[in-house]
Amino acid sequence: MQLTDTTGSAATTADPGTPADTGRPILDVAALHKSYGALKVLRGIDLAVWPREMVFLIGPSGSGKSTLLRCLNRLEEPSSGSIVVDGIDIMAPGTDLNRVRQRIGMVFQSFNLYPHMTALGNVTLALRKVQGRRRADAEDLGRAVLGRVGLSDKADAYPHALSGGQQQRVAIARALALEPRVMLFDEPTSALDPELVGSVLQVMRNMRESGMTMVVVSHEFGFARAAADRVLFLDTGRVVEQGPPEQIFDAPQEARTRDFVRRITQH
Amino acid sequence: MDNFLFSFFNLDVMVRYFPAIVDGFILTTYLGLAVVLTGLGLGLTLALIRSLRWRVVNVLIVIAVDVFRALPPLVIIILFYFALPSAGVTMTGFTATWLSLSLVLAAFSEEIFWAGILAVQKGQWEAARSTGLGLGQTLAYVVLPQAVRLTIPPLVNRAIAITKGTALGSVVAVQEILTQATTAQSFSGNPTPLTLGALAYLILFLPVVIFGRWLETRFAWRR
Repeated sequence: MQLTDTTGSAATTADPGTPADTGRPILDVAALHKSYGALKVLRGIDLAVWPREMVFLIGPSGSGKSTLLRCLNRLEEPSSGSIVVDGIDIMAPGTDLNRVRQRIGMVFQSFNLYPHMTALGNVTLALRKVQGRRRADAEDLGRAVLGRVGLSDKADAYPHALSGGQQQRVAIARALALEPRVMLFDEPTSALDPELVGSVLQVMRNMRESGMTMVVVSHEFGFARAAADRVLFLDTGRVVEQGPPEQIFDAPQEARTRDFVRRITQH
Repeated sequence: MDNFLFSFFNLDVMVRYFPAIVDGFILTTYLGLAVVLTGLGLGLTLALIRSLRWRVVNVLIVIAVDVFRALPPLVIIILFYFALPSAGVTMTGFTATWLSLSLVLAAFSEEIFWAGILAVQKGQWEAARSTGLGLGQTLAYVVLPQAVRLTIPPLVNRAIAITKGTALGSVVAVQEILTQATTAQSFSGNPTPLTLGALAYLILFLPVVIFGRWLETRFAWRR
């Protein structure tokens, strides 16, 4: 299958928050629109995410942040716009979506582990069936990745025997095992009991330190403040404001951002 | 009491017609297995095609499934055996029974498999697709294993109910258990062969029922 390289066309996206990193963005989104019938969920999103960057998407419910995240690997089909991942235009006809999705890890709010497989089975399924690795090879790799999320001893456990925090870490390992260029997190801690949130955030912190590029939709604003390189505030399908967490949380420039930040910090 | 024993548990008659009932037993087993394999196989295939969500094809599948769920199996058998020859298609009673019951089982099991596929949460599809698994791989490794486990109890019940319909083959001269028993009853002038027939059905289907029960517990897992 053909992988279209469009490094040149990606340069059109202006991004005020660009760090002084070299090379091209890992993720380059331009003029992204998504409608469900008459309902416009995304109204022209431009976003470039640079290598090793951790970007948080925040905003009120219905602002389009989860839809944006789910468009980035085309779990949702965008209505128009361009998405370039690691130099590959994933909107181009003929792009091998299954191949490009291995470069985009995704973690879901509800974990979505396969209940009929062990933790190791969950992690190794795509290694074997998509990447075509032999079972022993995939299992060695799978065990190593489970070790990275602190679950070496849970390889043979089924999801029902794991806590929510452990399940989410298996889900992270399942995505990490494919060695993605960018990881997408869709409210990764929202379904967790408060005392289990920390273990998942710790794994995300470790990933950040090891240089993983991440885009995170989350209500963990304390974590965003501490760990994010950049925060985007979305409302009604547009990026209202973006900047470093100190700006968004402490000195927002836009009225809508100020309102949102005041509401979330009050409770 | 003596009269009852003479009529239904007549040892002479039993010994004389035992081989005939055994012949019927073998044929019923063979016919039943053929119906289960064809019916479930076709039902699963239709459900898989339906999961591709081609609109026109799906409408056709739904119509066919509803027709075969609405018609009594006996009516279908009679149509195939007595009506189709005038359209130039001739089949044996065995073929007519096998085909009719298979289509009915396919119709019911398609609905059951489809319900099972729908019952698997959308997040399972999304997780699988997000790791690069294709549609077919997602079905094969993630969705179907879960769907099949959910559907085992209704599938087993339906398969048993329809396989018992092999007795309907007696109408079109299939030499299955009931045919053998009623023939033997006519020749002997004694209903004891019917007792043998009932026992033969029990020997055939009771293990299947118990096996179904075992499958239910074997494949249940906590969520």
